[in-house]
Amino acid sequence: MITLTHYLVLSAILFSIGVVGVLIRRDAIVIFMCIELMLNAVNLSFVAFAHFLHSMEGQMFVFFSMTVAAAEATVGLAIIIAMFRNKDTVNVDNMNIMKW
Amino acid sequence: MEPYLFYVMAATSVVASLYLIFEKNPVFCALYMVFSFINIAVLYVLLEAQFIAAVQVIVYTGAIMVLFLFVIMLLMVNVEQKQKDDLPFQRIPAMILGFVLLVVMGLTIKSKIFQGKEGEYTSAKVESIGHTQLIGKLLFTDYLLPFEMTSILLFVAVIGAIILAKRKV
Repeated sequence: MITLTHYLVLSAILFSIGVVGVLIRRDAIVIFMCIELMLNAVNLSFVAFAHFLHSMEGQMFVFFSMTVAAAEATVGLAIIIAMFRNKDTVNVDNMNIMKW
Repeated sequence: MEPYLFYVMAATSVVASLYLIFEKNPVFCALYMVFSFINIAVLYVLLEAQFIAAVQVIVYTGAIMVLFLFVIMLLMVNVEQKQKDDLPFQRIPAMILGFVLLVVMGLTIKSKIFQGKEGEYTSAKVESIGHTQLIGKLLFTDYLLPFEMTSILLFVAVIGAIILAKRKV
């Protein structure tokens, strides 16, 4: 029998993978994908809670967080394109003009 | 049947996510990301959230992956070009810290603090109303204000993306 704990553990694993990805990758686009992965991990735990507590609130929150994720992807990729125009790279190590 | 499906989908989504963070080619990264998200969509179906599962597939594979692939191909991120890593010593501590984070989250889950009041929407009730109908009804009654705010958010995002990405005229 699959319980709430199973889903929460899976969600925690996916979230940790996303965190590690953000920390070890240097490519702005891949870092962005890892952020999407973390958002999805949290959405999964929302839906799991909604199912096991017989409530609809979790699913409504997932609906809104998906909208925010879509808006975030649009603006973030536009920022990456602007970054590439100015610097000719998407490597985040070269984005250091705001460092002291 | 259901437990096996859960384990298969969970395992494939974890493996695809691991490939996502270790794969060098960003195009494959985008495809692994979508593979992982489709597996999560199957888990949503198992959790009786069919509408969310459909939105997940439409939004992530239909919109976000295409957007990512467009940007990758537009920027022609060179695959052969070895990305020099300025912080190679960051990899191992990052993995250790990620593992520590996982352990902390696991302990939190194990401590059984996640108790909540049971809601009124049991599976049978959702079945009788219809899942998508129920979400639609809630969106236009209890969640009307957030729903309208979402439309403003999307509008602002579109304008912001155009202004950020357009060339100086």
